[in-house]
Amino acid sequence: MSTPIPTLTSEQQDQLQRLAPTVDRDQAIWLSGYFAGLAGAGTAPAALPADDGAAAATAAPAAPAARRLTVLYGTDTGNSREVAGQVAAAATAQGVPAEVADMADYKTRLLKDEQDLVVIAATHGEGDPPPSAIGFFEFLAGRKAPKLPDVRFAVLALGDSTYEHYCSAGKQLDARLEELGASRLADRVDCDVDYEDDAEAWIADVVARLVPDEPPAGAAAAVPAGGAPSVDGAASSNGAVAHGKKHPFAAPLLENVVLTGRGSSKETRHVELSLEGSGLTYEPGDALGVVPQNDPQLVEALLDRLALSGDATVPTKQGDRPLREALTHAYEITAGTPRFIEQWATLSGAGELEALRDGDAKARFDYLHEHHVLDIVERFPVPGLDAAQLLAGLRPLQPRLYSIASSLAAAPDEAHLTVSTVRFELHGRPRTGVASGHLARIGDAEDLDVPVYVQANEHFRLPADDVPIIMVGAGTGVAPYRAFLQEREARGAEGRNWLVFGERNFRSDFLYQVEWQQLLKDGVLTRLDPAFSRDATPKTYVQDRLRQAGRDVWAWLEDGARIYVCGDATNMAPDVDATLAEIVAEHGGKGEDDAREYLSALKREHRYLLDVY
Amino acid sequence: MSTTKTTQAAAPAVEVDRSRDLSQPLEKLAPEESLKFHSDYLAGTIATDLVDEITRAVDENNNKLMKFHGIYQQDDRDLRDERRQQKLEPYFTFMLRGRLPGGVCTPEQWLKIDELGRLHGNDQFRLTTRQTFQFHYLDRNALREVMIGLRDVGLDGKAACGDVARTVMSGVHPGLSKLHKQVYEQARIASDHVIHKTSAYEEVWFGEKPATPRGDDEEPFYGKQYMPRKFKIGFAVPPSNDIDIYSQDLGFVAIASRGKLKGFNVVIGGGMGRTDRAPETYPRLGDVIGFIEVDQLVPTLDAVMGVQRDYGDRVTRSHARFKYTIDDKGLPFIKGEIERRLGFALAPAKRFRFDSNGDQLGWTTGDDGLEHFTLFIESGRIIDRGERRLLTGLRAIAQAGLCVFRLTPNQSVILSDVAPEDRPKVDALLAEHGIDNVPTKGRSALRLNSMACVAMPTCGLAMAEAERYLPDLITKIEGLLETHGLTEEPITIRMTGCPNGCARPYIAEIALTGRAPGKYNLYLGAGFHGQRLNKMVRENVGEDVILEVLDETLGAYAKDRQDGERFGDFVIRAGFVAEVTEGRFFND
Repeated sequence: MSTPIPTLTSEQQDQLQRLAPTVDRDQAIWLSGYFAGLAGAGTAPAALPADDGAAAATAAPAAPAARRLTVLYGTDTGNSREVAGQVAAAATAQGVPAEVADMADYKTRLLKDEQDLVVIAATHGEGDPPPSAIGFFEFLAGRKAPKLPDVRFAVLALGDSTYEHYCSAGKQLDARLEELGASRLADRVDCDVDYEDDAEAWIADVVARLVPDEPPAGAAAAVPAGGAPSVDGAASSNGAVAHGKKHPFAAPLLENVVLTGRGSSKETRHVELSLEGSGLTYEPGDALGVVPQNDPQLVEALLDRLALSGDATVPTKQGDRPLREALTHAYEITAGTPRFIEQWATLSGAGELEALRDGDAKARFDYLHEHHVLDIVERFPVPGLDAAQLLAGLRPLQPRLYSIASSLAAAPDEAHLTVSTVRFELHGRPRTGVASGHLARIGDAEDLDVPVYVQANEHFRLPADDVPIIMVGAGTGVAPYRAFLQEREARGAEGRNWLVFGERNFRSDFLYQVEWQQLLKDGVLTRLDPAFSRDATPKTYVQDRLRQAGRDVWAWLEDGARIYVCGDATNMAPDVDATLAEIVAEHGGKGEDDAREYLSALKREHRYLLDVY
Repeated sequence: MSTTKTTQAAAPAVEVDRSRDLSQPLEKLAPEESLKFHSDYLAGTIATDLVDEITRAVDENNNKLMKFHGIYQQDDRDLRDERRQQKLEPYFTFMLRGRLPGGVCTPEQWLKIDELGRLHGNDQFRLTTRQTFQFHYLDRNALREVMIGLRDVGLDGKAACGDVARTVMSGVHPGLSKLHKQVYEQARIASDHVIHKTSAYEEVWFGEKPATPRGDDEEPFYGKQYMPRKFKIGFAVPPSNDIDIYSQDLGFVAIASRGKLKGFNVVIGGGMGRTDRAPETYPRLGDVIGFIEVDQLVPTLDAVMGVQRDYGDRVTRSHARFKYTIDDKGLPFIKGEIERRLGFALAPAKRFRFDSNGDQLGWTTGDDGLEHFTLFIESGRIIDRGERRLLTGLRAIAQAGLCVFRLTPNQSVILSDVAPEDRPKVDALLAEHGIDNVPTKGRSALRLNSMACVAMPTCGLAMAEAERYLPDLITKIEGLLETHGLTEEPITIRMTGCPNGCARPYIAEIALTGRAPGKYNLYLGAGFHGQRLNKMVRENVGEDVILEVLDETLGAYAKDRQDGERFGDFVIRAGFVAEVTEGRFFND
């Protein structure tokens, strides 16, 4: 059975070619969802939406909807935002106009008047909502949250199954909306890092249920296999492929140097990539997605332990490939996932794995923390294993996001990264982080490309040129500040800039030291307070420097300064937050609650911004 | 010191050019003169720089001022390129040189130096060619602690570098212990007299606010501009010329009668420093200008230093040493001006004789009945290396309180004033730590008469290796010596990483000064006891050429030398190199 390839009439082609150069990235995403929705409904729209892109759909192509739809997202890396745009577009195409809103900006007083609510929620770190969405979550969980008896809702949860609290933020929302009396339109789906296919199916299902007088059952089946075309496939004005997550740009490696000096307890690299000819642009604060390759030694070790031939052909999304190549480029083979435990428990019949599979998430998480894929397959051999059985337990290899450490204004057509090489020992074997290990292995080899794409980070942007900023960063958390300062220097921005930087040792770990020295000399950087935790006792951290400079921090905040915090989410960000509360209390003469409220207000006004990981 | 300044004194008898000296306004002089003048007597903003968190360096001007406090900023040159690529500032460290008149160091002081070297100086310290100690690898943030540690045992870093009179040298002659004590006493008096007096030192390093703001009487002798350049003073005890009296700006040759110090012959105008391809710069040996009684020492210091202070070139720093002042104005004028300031004519110089500028290694019994052990220390580096654990061994001897330490001008050390009954204890401790002096294979007489400056990786001036390379080169030369049967023949060899002359290369029989990595100028023909400059025989050559030339000349020396003839004398007689009769002809 073959499907004829659909062709466009020449008139349609003309229209498309006129349209294509005029759409930006967000609009392209929206259009892809829109057409996907059309395909699902099998009806042509009466008119195309005007120009509002994902933010709001103004046209109602089919029968007017009885109910209003709001698509709400909470995002850290931008994935939820993309999915939300696709939901809105698909719904619009089916005649259901949709508003898309970021939890960071959403006016919670509107909640009680919502009718249909589709929520795309990412989970961050140890089961937390994305930093920008914390306010929304707190409101919803609190006593002020309204009853929602007339609201229908559906939640799509995005997460990473290697974390213990997988999709926890989405689960919380799903449960809480029900608790508030809302009725569930469709069951929640939890998506792993390879969320695209699951998300597409879920969108089709939900949209089908949103369309009035349309029987829910069978709607999903109306969506053609393969779902909506991704933005990555959209033709750009010059006919080249627009680069995104699915079609990353092979960026030539320009430089890859170790920033940390001899004797350092760390290895932190400065990586420069060329974006020339890619059409990719970014703003300071954005991240770069890096598609890594697995450690060839790990691939060989795995093949060896499993007695599999690396040359055997296996199917991948890119077509048939030798297993060695698939393991190198297509699958996560370092850390295991619950899916892998499940698969390996079945294959090996090992009691220990079965107990883990059936036990609680915490035990599974702890076990996975201590046992990588290689450790598990060594411990529980599966005789006569075939490659397909292995691959069925593995997740697709995911790109890793790094804050961009440069500004296009200072380094046109380049993106710089600050990458800490993750190295540790487990069961007597050296291990490396997937992407950081890859970047460390390639060194500064010539003629080498790194596949990348740009991931916008709308919640971590520079303010107007005259606004003072305080930048707090530990370790590689300093990366976006290098971009900020390059940008502000290039723009001749008048606002004062204060950097509070933390690392271990002055001699070896003062990342970009000579650049800061020059920026201070040139007056771009107003002030730099470094904190080195291993040079002297007592240990000094960024929050200690903030506390010491509390009076000045308070004065800057009162002058309208924005404060940024970037880096470690586990210890640094909470410590900095607590210290800021102390500072506001002490120097602002406030009680503890008022100080907290002061910081909450800063967050609401987007003057206290986090990019932590 | 005397407050007399030429500008206030009666006009000199002869009309001389005053267009480049202290009489000129600051704007006509080198920028360093303004820096000194405006530094609040050497305080600058050093104290602020010491706590700068963005760098471990100090700024350029404060670095220049810190030299007067005994401190140089350096950086690890092995890491310079690497760290530049890493976007890190150079690996800045500091060298701190102490003031140790005559090189005499008590066990208590030795133990403190040892402790500071272990804590802050990378587990080592170094003995210098001016009989003092220096630390390398000091972190800027440790400088105050080191300074305080030194103060606690009566030591300081005053006048170890900078445009002032440097630490005063004194011959160590262990056999003439009674005379040494008398001369050393005068060296101490001289050192305490000539050091600068500014309270900035105590303020910067110990946080002691001066009782009154520093004013015009802060430096009665030096004034706000100090000397035009460094000024080196030394005392020699014949027949040893270990301090290289002819390399000092101002030298005093001890004249004694029956073990009693009578006075000194005065030697002026020595200096080693020169610059490659700058023929107007040259090393110069001092001139003996007369004799003074012991009690005329202090007035003589004031008079000689006063002449240089007032007439020295303050426009061009490479032409500012006393030797150039003398050659520019003429020796008669300078001598006349000194005598005018003294108020009397110098007596004619007394007869004296030198026989060597090296150290007599091993045990010597002094004329005071005490025992003295002179220990060879390669390049002056006090460090534990393999079996030879100098740092630990000398600490054990200091802890046992068995001796006083006397640092020699050849970077070695004398364990002096050992009671005869303690000699076996010293021997046992040396043996226990793998320390000996025996001239055996691999330790030729040439090696025992070698000196090298620090050079790479810490010295900012070095263009080639010295201390790290000379021992290897000597091993190769020892092959030639063995071939020619010269292993036991004392020959002086000195190597520096640049032409400035810290290891006094221009008065070594064989000298190598660095031009580029692996490339040296080779000099031959100096006098064995420092009485004659050498001359360049090959320019900018590598090891193969150096060994080729040495093989030829040493071979000829072994074959054709006359009885008792020194290598430096032989190469001139045999025509390998022309004799240098005066410094200003060095570059001819």
